[in-house]
Amino acid sequence: MDDSTVAKLEGANLEDLGIPTGRLAMWWFLASEISIFGGLVCIFVLLRWRHPEWASEAVHTINAAGALNTVVLLTSSLSAVLAHQAAEDGRYRKAARLLGATFGGGVIFLCVKAYEYSHEIHAGFVPARSMFWSFYYLMTGLHALHVIGGMVAMFVIMLSVRKGLNPQRVEYVGIYWHFVDIVWIFLFPLLYLAS
Amino acid sequence: MFDSWLPEAASSYAEKIDGLLVFITVIVGAWFLASEALLVYLALRYRRVEGRPAAYIPANTLRVMAVVLVPCVVILVFDLVIDAVAAPVWHEIKETQPPHDALIRVSGEQWAWRFFYPGPDGVLDSADDFEVVNEMHVPVGAVVLFELVAKDVLHSLWIPALRLKQDAVPGRSIRGWFKATREGRYEIICAEICGFGHTLMKSGLVVENQTAYRAWLDSQQGTQLAEAGHPGQR
Amino acid sequence: MAHSAHHPPVGFLGRYVFSTDHKVIAKQYLFTGIFMALVGGFLAYVIRMQLTFPGESIPGYGHVSFVHYNAVVTLHGTIMIFWVAMPVLLAALANFLIPLMIGAEDMAFPRLNMLSYWIFLLSTVVLLSSFFVPGGAAAGGWTSYPPLSGSAAFSGGQWGVSLWILAVALEFAAFLMGGINFITTAFNMRAPGMKLFDMPIMVWLQVVAAIVFMLSVGPLIAGAVMLLLDRLVGTGFFDPAAGGDPLLFQHLFWFFGHPEVYVVLLPGFGVIGEILPVFSRKPIFGYRMIIYATFVTGVMSFIVWAHHQFIAGIDPRLATPFSITTILISVPIAIMVFSYMATLWRGSIEFKTPMLFALGALAVFLLGGVTGIHNGTPAADIFLHDTYFVVAHFHYALIPPVFFAFFAAMYYWFPKMFGRMLNERLGVAHFVFTFFFMNLTFLPMFLLGFMGHQRRIADPRVFDTLRNAQVENLHWLATIGAIGLLLGQIPFLVNLVMSLIRGERAEANPWRANTLEWTVPSPPGHGNFERQPVVYRGPYEYSSPESSEDFLPQNAAP
Repeated sequence: MDDSTVAKLEGANLEDLGIPTGRLAMWWFLASEISIFGGLVCIFVLLRWRHPEWASEAVHTINAAGALNTVVLLTSSLSAVLAHQAAEDGRYRKAARLLGATFGGGVIFLCVKAYEYSHEIHAGFVPARSMFWSFYYLMTGLHALHVIGGMVAMFVIMLSVRKGLNPQRVEYVGIYWHFVDIVWIFLFPLLYLAS
Repeated sequence: MFDSWLPEAASSYAEKIDGLLVFITVIVGAWFLASEALLVYLALRYRRVEGRPAAYIPANTLRVMAVVLVPCVVILVFDLVIDAVAAPVWHEIKETQPPHDALIRVSGEQWAWRFFYPGPDGVLDSADDFEVVNEMHVPVGAVVLFELVAKDVLHSLWIPALRLKQDAVPGRSIRGWFKATREGRYEIICAEICGFGHTLMKSGLVVENQTAYRAWLDSQQGTQLAEAGHPGQR
Repeated sequence: MAHSAHHPPVGFLGRYVFSTDHKVIAKQYLFTGIFMALVGGFLAYVIRMQLTFPGESIPGYGHVSFVHYNAVVTLHGTIMIFWVAMPVLLAALANFLIPLMIGAEDMAFPRLNMLSYWIFLLSTVVLLSSFFVPGGAAAGGWTSYPPLSGSAAFSGGQWGVSLWILAVALEFAAFLMGGINFITTAFNMRAPGMKLFDMPIMVWLQVVAAIVFMLSVGPLIAGAVMLLLDRLVGTGFFDPAAGGDPLLFQHLFWFFGHPEVYVVLLPGFGVIGEILPVFSRKPIFGYRMIIYATFVTGVMSFIVWAHHQFIAGIDPRLATPFSITTILISVPIAIMVFSYMATLWRGSIEFKTPMLFALGALAVFLLGGVTGIHNGTPAADIFLHDTYFVVAHFHYALIPPVFFAFFAAMYYWFPKMFGRMLNERLGVAHFVFTFFFMNLTFLPMFLLGFMGHQRRIADPRVFDTLRNAQVENLHWLATIGAIGLLLGQIPFLVNLVMSLIRGERAEANPWRANTLEWTVPSPPGHGNFERQPVVYRGPYEYSSPESSEDFLPQNAAP
């Protein structure tokens, strides 16, 4: 068999799917994540709709903190995009610095969240208080775990991309971070604003 | 036929469910036997024989695939027929509520059934209600409306002779009905796992004629009111 | 590719324990799954003995109290579905076969793959440890419906259910990692020339199963977290007293639980689809039709779940729509079964052990399939729900993929896995015992179900309607069947051990098959393919006019 046959046959594969394996894996991972958060959001919306009285509990969430966190997450997503661009251009130290900024955004987000939790718990709004608070802690807690997981991954990638290793992973962790961001954009109006 | 295996039928809709079971069993049984026979026939008929090579049939045209697709279309038709026959039975049993002659609240708890009767005023949650544990009495030929509740965990009200099964869910009150058509004593069982006493959670159903039922009601009312200590109440 | 740095491992630990080689991980899953099958089988023995001799001491177990009985039933179901069917059919077979069948040197993410196994092993340890904690193992049925499972006050033990939830959650995490690997490997690592529709049916069905799993499991993961919070933190998601709803958990469970049936069924059907053409020397009948039918099954499996809840207290008007989707799913499944049968037509069939098990799987599955119509019809389900009819139905539907197809796969791929052939005579004996005793065990249960015998009761003699000679005889038959079925596995285990030690050495392609795994030595070395194979055709070109022989490997140059 000559080389042109092999080249032609390899071409047949690329026409099926030209997505890098890592990105494909991330998309499938997020598909399963969507079914977790999607399921929760659907349940919450249905129940919330049936129970208008939850509004009296929802007013006690700290809207300003939620809004601040929304801004923080959106900004950190921006630096993740810039990090991806820098990695594409081969500017790995800059990519690492920008990932560091995103990481910092995660830290701020978690600090604000911790402040909220402690404030709310001191005021007696504990998970077992009512269904609204159960859902509030479940959904924001699950989201915060995703933030922490993303930060761990980002830290590892930051260290390796500085040395120019696996720069494509900057994009993958960025996709993940956008997802975490989008989940928050659903949670913020549902849990904070709708009261 | 296999319907002799079914428990005694003692409600107005028992025979409809039994008929449906026979109907489905005959249809799918015929398909099952035919498919099984075909499988055995194909396996034996085309076993390896020296000098008879296999045919090359990749079946990539619709014409050849029709061998499989046509029977599947027929299955589709049978499927729809079965559901068309079954839907009205379900509709009658679970989706409609004929006018009732008696009202009983059935409550499941770990591990007993309690039955609340509305008393002479016919209204539940009033002072003349009375309660019996582990034995339900109903008049024969009367439509009984039941209100099914559960106190702690899931239970399932299962009266095989009436072909009646309905889960009891804490926090919900589920309504249903039955009309017992034959006098006798039957079993009430819990069909949903409900903890380690699940096996022992059974009660009796007494289907009796109007006179006996009246007498039983009177006797219950007397005792119940006396026990409750409200002799003067209506 | 990530594998350029993939050196052959050194040392015993690197080679057999902390290995990233997909073949080793497959065997780790395989042996863990077989071990758990023995545990699950022992629990089945306890159930059968208790029902036949209620209250008496069972040899090897002792006296079964009602508390124990519920735990035994719960763990039997949990283990057989999550710790046998999933690791063996999905993890072991997909891990071993996907890279070999598509001409790849390993999975796309070998280290993720290793992590998947070790998390799975951890989940196994957590589950098994729950037998020994105060209060005993989970006893709320494999579905763990709250409120029963939501509070220690209702079900006894504080630890059992919590460990059960933890184990199941870990197991799901393991299979999510596995699933990502299966999908990306099949999509992105195929040998040059292999188009998507040149992949063997086994690969396709594993991929569809992995996708269905990944898209359906999310809500149950959420549900499991909620249940755990209810137990540990005092939230009331499923507690009506706190405003929660027990039915919510049922929806979350079955939104996953019913697709899960197809997650298990499809790999089993994949095995049958590989074996039938080889031993009929004929192309599979309607390759694309089968794959399209799989897609339809996968999509439809998401809209049938409420048929588990016809009488659970849901709005009765939902029953008929869900019944229609349920009954309609029989159509794509029938397409698959009939295509398999049509593969036999005008073939040249050789009855080797793998073929016997594949045909046996079809024969048994037919009964499991048609009885699904009974259960899927709401009005009939009023009577049959939670009776032994359901038990018989799902054993007839799941034993063919989980055991028959698995055994077929073992007899067929064992040479490739271990480099030695399994003994044919012991194999046939194993098949005869398994087929006969399986039917002896579960046929009586259909009749018990028609008699109104409900599930999950520890002693039928409590009930007037079940206290008779007929019920007793049927239980006897089923118990004899179950013990025979368990003893019938001895030839298989003996065969495994004997053949591993001194079985006939296997050549590269003992069955004269077309797929790529048979083009490498048995067993394949690290990295699988010495030279990158190139694929020229589909996997089932048997008795093709293009070849003088009756098979034409995918990589044979035209």
